[in-house]
Amino acid sequence: MVNTTKFKINNLNIWFGAIHPLKEVNMQIFPNEILSIIGPSNSGKTTFLRMLNRLNELQDNFKMTGFVEYDKKDIRNIDVEFLRRKVGTVFALPLPLPLSIFENVAYGVRMYGGRNKKELELIVEEALKKAYIWEEVKDRLQESAFKLSGGQQQRLCIARTLAVEPDVILFDEPCSGLDPISTAKVEEAMLKLKQNYTIVLVTNNVKQAARVGDRTAFFLSGELIELDKTDKIFTAPADVRTDGYIRGKFG
Amino acid sequence: MFRKAKEFIIEKLIQVCGLASIFFVVVIFLFLLKEGLAVFKIVTPLNFLFGKSWYPISDPAQLGILPLICGSLLVTLGAAIISIPIGVACAIYIAEIAPSKTKEVLKAGVELLAAIPSVVLGFIGMVTLVPWVKNIFHLPTGLTALSGSIMLAFMAMPTIVSIAEDALYSVPKSYKEGAFALGATHWQTIHRVMLPAASSGILAAVMLGIGRVIGETMAVMMITGNAAVIPHSLLQPVRTLTATIAAEMGEAVVGSEHYFALFAIGIVLFIISFAINVTADLFLHRENR
Amino acid sequence: MRNTKRTQKIAFFFLFLATLLVVVPVGMIVVIIVQKGIPAINWQFLTDVPRQGMRSGGIFPAIIGTLYLVGGAIIFALPIGLLAAIYLSEYSKENFLSRIIKLAIVNLAGVPSVVYGLFGLALFVVFCKFGASILAGSLTLGIMILPIIITTSREALESVPYSFREVSLSLGASKWQTIRHIVLPNAIPGILTGTILGLGRAAGETAPILFTVAAFYLPRLPKSIFDQAMALPYHLYVISTQVPNVDEKIRYGTALVLLTLVLFMNLVAIIIRYKFRKKKKW
Repeated sequence: MVNTTKFKINNLNIWFGAIHPLKEVNMQIFPNEILSIIGPSNSGKTTFLRMLNRLNELQDNFKMTGFVEYDKKDIRNIDVEFLRRKVGTVFALPLPLPLSIFENVAYGVRMYGGRNKKELELIVEEALKKAYIWEEVKDRLQESAFKLSGGQQQRLCIARTLAVEPDVILFDEPCSGLDPISTAKVEEAMLKLKQNYTIVLVTNNVKQAARVGDRTAFFLSGELIELDKTDKIFTAPADVRTDGYIRGKFG
Repeated sequence: MFRKAKEFIIEKLIQVCGLASIFFVVVIFLFLLKEGLAVFKIVTPLNFLFGKSWYPISDPAQLGILPLICGSLLVTLGAAIISIPIGVACAIYIAEIAPSKTKEVLKAGVELLAAIPSVVLGFIGMVTLVPWVKNIFHLPTGLTALSGSIMLAFMAMPTIVSIAEDALYSVPKSYKEGAFALGATHWQTIHRVMLPAASSGILAAVMLGIGRVIGETMAVMMITGNAAVIPHSLLQPVRTLTATIAAEMGEAVVGSEHYFALFAIGIVLFIISFAINVTADLFLHRENR
Repeated sequence: MRNTKRTQKIAFFFLFLATLLVVVPVGMIVVIIVQKGIPAINWQFLTDVPRQGMRSGGIFPAIIGTLYLVGGAIIFALPIGLLAAIYLSEYSKENFLSRIIKLAIVNLAGVPSVVYGLFGLALFVVFCKFGASILAGSLTLGIMILPIIITTSREALESVPYSFREVSLSLGASKWQTIRHIVLPNAIPGILTGTILGLGRAAGETAPILFTVAAFYLPRLPKSIFDQAMALPYHLYVISTQVPNVDEKIRYGTALVLLTLVLFMNLVAIIIRYKFRKKKKW
C-alpha cells in the first residue's frame, strides 16, 4: 500500500452532554480499503462513523477533543458541505427523500448547482448503474422512491451517495433491515465499489465484517480495543474481549 | 460564494423574524403606555382604578373605572360559574366516554363554535337570548349582565373544552389501566385518577377560558346594556372594560383626557391578560414535566 | 356494586347533558342564521351598495372591504410568521430565549382583540399617520393573526421527520437548502391550514378594525390602501345596534354572508388537513 492515509484520528474523545461515547481513539484509515467496525450496541461505532463527516455536531450538546484529519487536513477546517459531499453516508434504514427516484439521486448534485439537464441525467444513470439498481428502475424514474422495496431503496440510497462523487463512503449497518438476498446484493456492491472508494462499514453482523472487510476494528464501551487485518482478528485476536465477542459470548 | 452570501442574509432574516413575537408584545405594551400613562396627570392611579363614577365627557371629566371593573368581574364570574362545570364535563365526555365517531362530530362542533365571529354571536344573542331573559325574569330590558354571562360562557367553551381534553388525553394510559386492574369502574377511574392527574392542565384550560371571557368585546357590548354603574345584581345592565373602549373610542378626540383614559383601560386589560397567560403557561409546563 | 354502577350511569348522563348544552346551541345558531338569512340573499344584495342609510340595497362594499383587509393582513403576517416558525423549528435551541419567544407567542394570542384595536390606533393611525385606512387595519389584523400562523406552521415544520434533514445534510446540502427543498415542501399543507385559519379569524374580527379602518357608511369601493373601507363584521354591528329600523332580513343576510365566508375558510383548512394526513408519504 502506498504511504497515504485517508483519515487520521488522534486522541479523539466525544461527549454528548454528560455521556462520553468515544474515548481516546487513535487510528488510520487507508484509501481503497473496506474497514469494518464491529462491537456490541452502544460501543460508540456509529458515533465514530458520524464523526468522519461531522454529522455528530448537529446535536446541541456535542463536544470533542483530539482531532480528525481528512487528506491531511483537520476536518474542522474543511468546509462542512464539501466534507459531507466527499464523505458520503448510507444510513442503517433505507431513507429515501420524499421525491421521485430520479430526484433522489439528483438531489445532492442539484444542491451543488452548475449542471444542465443532460449532464444531470447522465450522472443519475451512472450512479444508479454503480449501485446495481439501474436495470430495476430505469423505466420508472419518475415514480416515488417510496414505491421501491426495502432492498431497492437501500441501493437507491447508495446511488444517491455516489452521485455527488465522494471518495469515502460510510455505511452505518446498511443491511440491518434487509433480507439475506438484498444483503448479498448490497455486499456485492460494496466489494466492487472498493476499487474506487474508501469504505467504512459499521455492522452488527460479525459474519458480514468477515466477508467484506480488509481490516476490522473492534469497539467496546467507546474504546478501540483492537484493529487489524480481518483474517487476524477472526483467527487469532490479540485481546480476549475481541475473541469473546466474535465467538458470541457477549453483545 | 454568491449562494453563501444569499443564505447568510436569509438566515439573519429568519433570526430577526424569530424575535418578532417578542418585539410585538413589547411594542404593543409600549404604545399602550405611551398613550395611556398621560391620564395619570389628571387622576391618581388609585382614583382611576377605584373611582366610582365614569363620566368621561362631563366637565370636569370623572375617570373612575370601578363600575367598569365591577361590570367585567360580574359578567366574568357569571360566565365562569356556568362555563367551568359544563366545559370540563364536556371535555370529559369527549375525551373519555364518546365513541370515536361521535367524538369527531363533537369536536367538529366545538371547533365550529370557535370559528363563529363574535359579532355574529352578539347578533344572535340580541335576537334570541336577550328577549328570553327579559320574558323569563319579567325585566324592563333583557340587556343584562346575565345575558352577557350566558353568551360569554358559551364563547369560552372551545378554549376550555379543547385544552382540558388535551390534558385528559395526555394522562399516561398506565394510570387508567392500573385503576381498571384494581376493579374501579370507568367513572371512579375518571374522577379519582384521571381528573387529579390532569388537574394542572384543566386549571390552565379554565384560566385561558376566563382570559377569553375578560377580553371578549363585541358580543358583550351588544348584549349587556352598557350602563356604566356599579351593578348590584346579574339582572342589571352593566358595562365591561372592553365594551367601554370599543363603544367610546370612536368619539374620543385623539389627545384628549378621554382618549388617554381609554388607553389606560387598555393597559389594565393587557396586564390582566398577560398575567393569566403566563400563569396558565406555567401550569401547562408543569404538566409536561 | 349496584350502587357504583348507578352512580356511573348518573354521572355519565350529566356529562352527556353538558356536552349537548355546548353542541346543540352551535347547531341551532347556524340553522337560525341560514334559515332567516337565505331569503335576503340575492344578486342585488351581494353586488349593490347600501342604500337609504343602510336600510336597503346591498353589502358589496363591505364584502370587498373585508377581502382587502384579510388580503393585506396575510401579505404582512405570512412571511413574518413563516420565518418565525422556521426559526423556532430549525434554528432555536432549547434555552431561555426560545422559552421567552414561546411565551411571547402565547401572550400575543391572548391579548384582547379590542386592545389590538387600541394598539393599531396608536401606532398605525396616529403615530405612523396612516389615518383610518385599509393599511392600518390590515397591519393590525396581521399582527393579531401572527400567533396562529407561527404556531400552526411550526407544528407543520416539526412534523417533517428529522431523518430527512439528516440525509439532506449528509449529501452536502446546506442548512438553508435542506429547509428550502426538503422541509418546506413537506410542510406546505400544514402551513396552508394555518394561513387559512388565520384568514378566517381576520375576516370575522370587529374590535381591531373599529378605530383603525372601518367606515360607518361608505357606499362606494375604497380607492387605495390609504382609504377607509366598510367591512362585514363592522357592518353587521352597525346595522344591528346603531341604525334603527333596519329590516331583520338584511341583518340576518349580512350575518349569513359573514358566517359563510368564515366557515368556508375553516372548511377548506379542515379539508386540506384531512387530505394530506391521509396522503402522507412517510
